[in-house]
Amino acid sequence: MSYQSDLYQQVILDHNKNPRNFREIEGHSNSCDGYNPLCGDKINIHMQINESGLIEDIAFSGSGCAISKASASMMTVNMKGKTVADARVMFEEFHKMITGVMEPQPGAHHLGKLTIFQGVREFPSRIKCASLAWHTLVCAIDKTGETTIE
Amino acid sequence: MGLNKKPELMPEIEKIRADFPMLSAKVGDRPLVYLDNAATTHKPLAVIERIRKFDSQQYATVRRGSYRMGEWATEMFEDSRKKVAAFINAGDHRQIVFTSGATMSMNLVAHSFGRKFIGAGDEIIISNMEHHANIVPWQLLCLEKGCVLKVIPITDSGELIMGEFDKLLSPKTKLVAITHSSNVLGTVNPIKEIVKKAHAAGAKVLVDAAQSTPHMKIDVKEMDCDFLAFSGHKMYGPSGIGVLYGKYEVLESMPPFLAGGDMINSVTLARTTFAKPPGRFEAGTPPISQVIGLGAAVDYLSAIGLDRISAYEQSLLEYGTELLGKIDGLRIIGTAPHKAAIISFWLGAAHPHDVITIIDQDGIAVRGGHHCAQPVMERFGIPATTRASLSFYNKYEELDQLAESLKKVIKVFG
Ligand SMILES: Cc1ncc(COP(=O)(O)O)c(C=O)c1O
Repeated sequence: MSYQSDLYQQVILDHNKNPRNFREIEGHSNSCDGYNPLCGDKINIHMQINESGLIEDIAFSGSGCAISKASASMMTVNMKGKTVADARVMFEEFHKMITGVMEPQPGAHHLGKLTIFQGVREFPSRIKCASLAWHTLVCAIDKTGETTIE
Repeated sequence: MGLNKKPELMPEIEKIRADFPMLSAKVGDRPLVYLDNAATTHKPLAVIERIRKFDSQQYATVRRGSYRMGEWATEMFEDSRKKVAAFINAGDHRQIVFTSGATMSMNLVAHSFGRKFIGAGDEIIISNMEHHANIVPWQLLCLEKGCVLKVIPITDSGELIMGEFDKLLSPKTKLVAITHSSNVLGTVNPIKEIVKKAHAAGAKVLVDAAQSTPHMKIDVKEMDCDFLAFSGHKMYGPSGIGVLYGKYEVLESMPPFLAGGDMINSVTLARTTFAKPPGRFEAGTPPISQVIGLGAAVDYLSAIGLDRISAYEQSLLEYGTELLGKIDGLRIIGTAPHKAAIISFWLGAAHPHDVITIIDQDGIAVRGGHHCAQPVMERFGIPATTRASLSFYNKYEELDQLAESLKKVIKVFG
């Protein structure tokens, strides 16, 4: 196990340095503030979801560690153009992958490049960093306003 | 200054390190480099063995006055109280109340003293550098009572702005609750001056000494504070035990906090009269072994000498500050001239959470986060810091290791 090859891979470092969709969406249809009280990370998600449940736009803002920022960045890239139903499936899969419940075998999931986060399972204290954006995503879809991961 | 190691300030460092079994623990295949002493400290054998002996040969409940074992245990228990009283120069040991920790000590003051003596429109002064344990109890009290919380601002170096304190003080001030030393910035506050001014305005003073008792000689008579709160586990003693010192006449004016056994004089179903302090505030069976352990910790610290501990830790602090200050992009948060041995920093490229994960691979234990002091983070405009907090059992070489490990972090995050 090495932090460089398993956790801080180049793609993750790149998304940390140059986060994609790091902005706000004016007039968004959905949003949520997500907090990790343990480390003080804060991620805000804005979404534009149309009547048929298609995610037309998604963006994030806030502050956090490299893992939470890169996770949020890559999630937004993956979510654009997906449906709310797709998003829920991916949330479940992502969560199972990082907690080690699911091995991301090729073809058995919809995570694509997001499997890069599977190394997080070796660092239990960082699992919540990777999942914060995803919990906030579901909260934004459900319009529950605010979420805190314990 | 220059990078100056002064091992002569603690010539018996290796002997001291051998006193602490945890210091030879391994993290994976790496020796533990423990630099998280502000969170909790390790215990010397003297404490571990004292508790072991008590639990295996001397254990009995206390203050139930019956068989001899119980009387002896009570004697040892009360002897710890005397040791703690002497440790902070309290004089009368009835001024030492055992609690579960600094947090409970401060909550005790809020619930007992606060509810009785602080009312609508009254003011409580805290500072911008408090631990949540010295903020939230007062916020809750103010919600309940309608009192008002005032905050002493701090400078960019992390010192109290005393001129602002002067302005906040008024006849409405009932309590000043202030930390002796900040758990994030290290700043040591001018308690004597604060107490003098607060008393002149008719206010009482509570000192949060959780971060100072392990590092410097405390003299409550000289400070003249009304309350002083601290925790056993931050001063090489057990967790689950803490202390509230209170001036006897102040404690005597206060109603009980928790109710139950031990805190009464007599109970009939119609009426209860309460015990005198400290018993009034020690309802229920206390953490007996922990009290015994705390007594042993106090003995251990006193044998080394707080003056020597301070001098050596100050030299570690100076060395570490200089060393880490040389690292590109590293900004030290908390640069007051009068500091305890805590170095908090923000490493431009990497978030503290990433810093600790990486240096943890080298066996280095430091803390990253807001350290239960979010208003400090807000003041300095950062979400979190990485914090190395030192002890007299640390060595200069451990700071060298920290610096080397931080360079790896910079390499990863470039
Ligand atoms: C300055 C300060 N006050 C209070 C506390 C609370 O201590 P405890 O958690 O032992 O009750 C701490 C511990 O983190 C502290 O650093």
